Amino acid sequence: MAHDDNSGKEVAAPVSSAADKYEGPSTGTAVIASDAFTDPGFPPHRERMTDLDPKADKRAERQVFTLFYLSIAGSIFAIASYIGFPIESGATGDLRLSTLTLGVGIALALLGLGLGAVHWSKALMMNEEGIDERHPIRGTEATRDRAVEIFKQANEESGIGRRTVIRNTLIGALVAFPLPAVVLFRGLGPMNVNPVESLSSTMWKKGMRLTLDPSGLPVKAADVTLGSAFHIIPEGINDFHDKLERKAKAAVLLMRLDPKDLNPSPGREGWAYDGIVAYSKICTHVGCPVALYEQQTHHLLCPCHQSTFDVENECKVVFGPAARALPQLPITVDSDGYLVAQSDFNEPVGPSFWERS
Amino acid sequence: MTNLLTKDEAPAATTTPTKGSRFTAAASNYIEDRTSISGAVKEFGRKIFPDHWSFMLGEVSLYSFVIIFLTGSFLTFFYQASMATVIYDGSYVPLKGLEMSTAMSSSLHISFDLRGGLLIRQIHHWAALVFVAAIGLHMLRIYFTGAFRKPRELNWVIGFVLFILAMAEGFTGYSLPDDLLSGNGLRIIEGMVQGIPFVGTWISFLVFGGDFPGTAIVGRLYTLHILLLPAIIVALIAMHLVFVIVHKHTQFSGPGKTENNVVGAPILPMFAAKAGGFFFIVFGIIVLMASFFTINPIWNYGPYDPSPVSAGTQPDWYIGFADGALRLMPPGLEVVLFNHTYSFNILIPLVVLGLFILVVLIYPFIEAWITGDKREHHLLDRPRNVPTRTAIGAAGVTFYASLWAAASSDIVATHFQLSIEGVIHTVQATTILGPIAAYLITKRVCIALMKKDREIALHGYESGRIVRLPGGEYIEVHQPVDEYERWKLVNFTDNKPLMIRPNAKGQITGLQKVRVGMSKWFFEDRISPVTTKELEHGDHH
Ligand code: FES
Repeated sequence: MAHDDNSGKEVAAPVSSAADKYEGPSTGTAVIASDAFTDPGFPPHRERMTDLDPKADKRAERQVFTLFYLSIAGSIFAIASYIGFPIESGATGDLRLSTLTLGVGIALALLGLGLGAVHWSKALMMNEEGIDERHPIRGTEATRDRAVEIFKQANEESGIGRRTVIRNTLIGALVAFPLPAVVLFRGLGPMNVNPVESLSSTMWKKGMRLTLDPSGLPVKAADVTLGSAFHIIPEGINDFHDKLERKAKAAVLLMRLDPKDLNPSPGREGWAYDGIVAYSKICTHVGCPVALYEQQTHHLLCPCHQSTFDVENECKVVFGPAARALPQLPITVDSDGYLVAQSDFNEPVGPSFWERS
Repeated sequence: MTNLLTKDEAPAATTTPTKGSRFTAAASNYIEDRTSISGAVKEFGRKIFPDHWSFMLGEVSLYSFVIIFLTGSFLTFFYQASMATVIYDGSYVPLKGLEMSTAMSSSLHISFDLRGGLLIRQIHHWAALVFVAAIGLHMLRIYFTGAFRKPRELNWVIGFVLFILAMAEGFTGYSLPDDLLSGNGLRIIEGMVQGIPFVGTWISFLVFGGDFPGTAIVGRLYTLHILLLPAIIVALIAMHLVFVIVHKHTQFSGPGKTENNVVGAPILPMFAAKAGGFFFIVFGIIVLMASFFTINPIWNYGPYDPSPVSAGTQPDWYIGFADGALRLMPPGLEVVLFNHTYSFNILIPLVVLGLFILVVLIYPFIEAWITGDKREHHLLDRPRNVPTRTAIGAAGVTFYASLWAAASSDIVATHFQLSIEGVIHTVQATTILGPIAAYLITKRVCIALMKKDREIALHGYESGRIVRLPGGEYIEVHQPVDEYERWKLVNFTDNKPLMIRPNAKGQITGLQKVRVGMSKWFFEDRISPVTTKELEHGDHH
């Protein structure tokens, strides 16, 4: 480490030239001008206040140890506040106070230490710049030759280049041995379930009542007033241990519009009941719940990526990244006047998947 | 080094040792006899590290990772990665009696029933946000100063992989509390995975262990979050730092600083004190953020349920660009062909982001191919001196920023009372046109700055002093720059575009033509550094 004697030009001399026959790499398209400026070398060193003025030096020293003292105080304060500010009452105010005082104490401890150390290094430690020389990253020719020689020797001693059958079967075995591990991952999903089938149906079936989410109370057609919207789950879903998985497919939105506003396509006229329509709540984009109903426009809005569906027109997409309309659940009423499903959805709900046609 | 040790420092060894120093000496000896650690001290103890504020960004990333590691370990002692249903019976009254997963209830326990638990959780989360941000900024610094050039291309790749892994860590961690928001995030991932041709349905089925949400995913993400990903990250960070030592740190060009030296502070004591102190400062600031600002209040969201969702919720910032890319797709991008569904509304964002990531990943190799430069570079470029690279970077940043803005489209729309359609269409246009505009503008600005540098190198600074010449005309007196200042302005590489030339067989290959075209694009608007001749000439004016 040639320590600083302001000899920038000397240090700038190429270091790789010495014992290397290596010519140096291509400069590509760089232009080397013959009359370019040369490096003037290091500018003269500037002294700091603390180098020149013993008082400033003393002051900086005091500041550094004061910061370290503050740090110790912060640690003590943090421990005290852990003990002194309990949160067991469950009151939000207590929790906030405990978090705040503990945090401030710890932060003081850390910042005191950090600022102290940095100030020390900047104001007091010797600040003459040091210089290291760089050498090309590649090893010397001798080292490189020796490495090549070792590889050659290893090749000869093992015969890996010569004994091609051994080499090739070795490669084959190395490729094959991780395969069982890949197969093992089939076990991540249950064996007896086909994902395509389970994506294609929900628990809705003929005669199943539409019930309120989350209470599970059935809904009478008469309760659904014009302009209102209800979050619906299938009757009895709460009794299943896998109710979240069921709900993730079967959740439904129920709305009542003026029957004149609805424009069902042929074959779907009977899917609504007196202006009451039920649509899957699972966005056909990537599956968020389409939870926002705009009464004025009769649009459903998905909060995740703003896909907008038009309830008047069979929930076709009017805006946003979703491509397909929300599937409609055909509904009617039972003898007691409760809304029930006529059947399951007539297509898979939720995001598209490869096997869907 | 001789001239640095003055006479009165040298005899320090002969003064009588104090009790403390005798203990230190004995302890050092004990360790040395068993580890030969003096070799390492000799090798690294006075290694030089250059100093510049922008070099601290990498340090911030490293330190925040340490903070994440420490606080995360604490959290594992209390968190339970199980999706088994429990009835919540903790201190937070509004959720009392509700069904939720053990993961959620243990996260609430950490937040409400464990002293300091909320603070540690918030430090962990804030540090994670800082971690990804610091890596991103560090990468921008590396990019715009050309620090990725030979011999550091591989370290760029390692660093970029670390950036991706950091985001993966963030996302897996975000999902662990199993609250409403994180559950919705997972649902979006599930929907996206299902959109992948051939394998999507099965991958999502296997990842979730059956139907969404299932009871497996949180436990699996936990294994990734605290075991696999951190192990890979630690290994890569170690490699990253070994490379920094092997290559020695880059430095900005300046008088005395050359391609063949490193100028700065030695590790012991200066750099160690500064960097060590800086760790505590970063830690302290993150703790302050965690004490004052709530982050991810899962208690407001409640447990995951596939049915409700609230509007205006936002993912963690680093996921924004992916979410935004999904939002920008116009409707109807889905086709059914031969009984199979192609979800282009998902595939296009995936492919575009994948390509974007790929280009960033291999950028060092692309640029090296275009310039044909095979030399080692240890002096950093000033961004203005490589206008095309800087302009490409600006275009990339604009592209990323537009996607990111798209993720907040709904917030922007409601906040400024605009229509969501209007906002999305604007961002769609910005995503395509913005990068082009950013490219053109940045390139012009860089060239203008280079011209200005030339002016200053030749004629000095405008001093603001106006004098009247004998002939009656007014001129402004220019203050010439000293040689050190001037060196900073003139020391950069000038490249001229590659000429088309037949190869050994006398042919001109297509690849060569591409390369020549790229080289022209990269270097045609060049400004050469001022030469001594020019300066002499300038003086005669
Ligand atoms: S999930 Fe509904 S718009 Fe994306």
